[in-house]
Amino acid sequence: MKRMGLIFRSKANKAMDRAEDPRETLDYSYQKQLELLQKVRRGVADVATSRKRVELQMTQLQQQGDKLQGQAQKALGAGREDLAREALTRRSALHTQVEDLQAQHAQLQGEEEKLTLASQRLQAKVEAFRTRKETIKATYTAAEAQTKIGEAFSGISEEMSDVGMAVQRAEDKTASMQARAGAVDELMASGALDDASQEPNSDIDRELAALSTGSDVDAELTAMKQQLGASDRQAIGGATTDPATATSDADAQPDAPKREG
Amino acid sequence: MIIRIMGGEGQYDVPDEAADALNALDDRVEAAVDEQDQAEFTAAFGELLAAVRQHGTRVADDALVDSDLVLPPADATVDEVAELLGNEGLIPG
Repeated sequence: MKRMGLIFRSKANKAMDRAEDPRETLDYSYQKQLELLQKVRRGVADVATSRKRVELQMTQLQQQGDKLQGQAQKALGAGREDLAREALTRRSALHTQVEDLQAQHAQLQGEEEKLTLASQRLQAKVEAFRTRKETIKATYTAAEAQTKIGEAFSGISEEMSDVGMAVQRAEDKTASMQARAGAVDELMASGALDDASQEPNSDIDRELAALSTGSDVDAELTAMKQQLGASDRQAIGGATTDPATATSDADAQPDAPKREG
Repeated sequence: MIIRIMGGEGQYDVPDEAADALNALDDRVEAAVDEQDQAEFTAAFGELLAAVRQHGTRVADDALVDSDLVLPPADATVDEVAELLGNEGLIPG
């Protein structure tokens, strides 16, 4: 236990070794505290920006997934299980990405909450320090001030080094997540992610469109063939086969390309 | 005693009676760091932090007090803690 406690002690007290008039140290430290407070607030804002970006990406991928789901249903309705399977496979790939983003989102939210609390606490401490600083400057001579300043520094320097490290840590984490989010954005923009989202969908769209166009054409062809068959039979004088057999022959042919299309 | 959990979590005022329980957990953490055993470290360190939070009361935001003990952040890895200890040259005692 003792060892853990000693780890960071030496770092925390470094800020004290400066300035001829120890009271100046108070002002200097107070400036540093305000700067750090600004830095922490910027850190909170940065994390919030990253979180919002991840939220946007999640929404986009979710919409993409819904679209694929709809396509799968449509394809299945048209008897194209292969297309439906393709759409669902792509949707499942998207889902993996969404899950990854959800994990990032939870982490960013945690960081944001932590930094917000740390920022509020630091602000309260900085304010307490300012009050004490003014009291010391008004009450004590430079010579007397030394021990009082030591007391004033207690806690705030430790808080500063910890919060400073926490912000740095959050920034490092956020930076790596932003890099990943940026990569996803870039992939989306460049079309390289199209395998999992945009382009294949239009493939499926095209096939679904071709499917309905194909069946329309098939229907027309069947109708035309029936007409032709009827006039043929009329020309020959109805001498050949039973009309029912002729019709089913004509039907069978246009059905074949329909399955391929 | 005042214990700080780093990573911006802040300080806790922990009664001295809790020291034995905390020390036992600290031994486990230390052993896990020596062994580079991340799983055991995560478990033991998690329990240590939970014990500090459970036994301690939060120090007021505007209080300016030094900590008696400083613990690494909750999400620290065994490697990070080993490095932190190493940086300070593994202070004996």
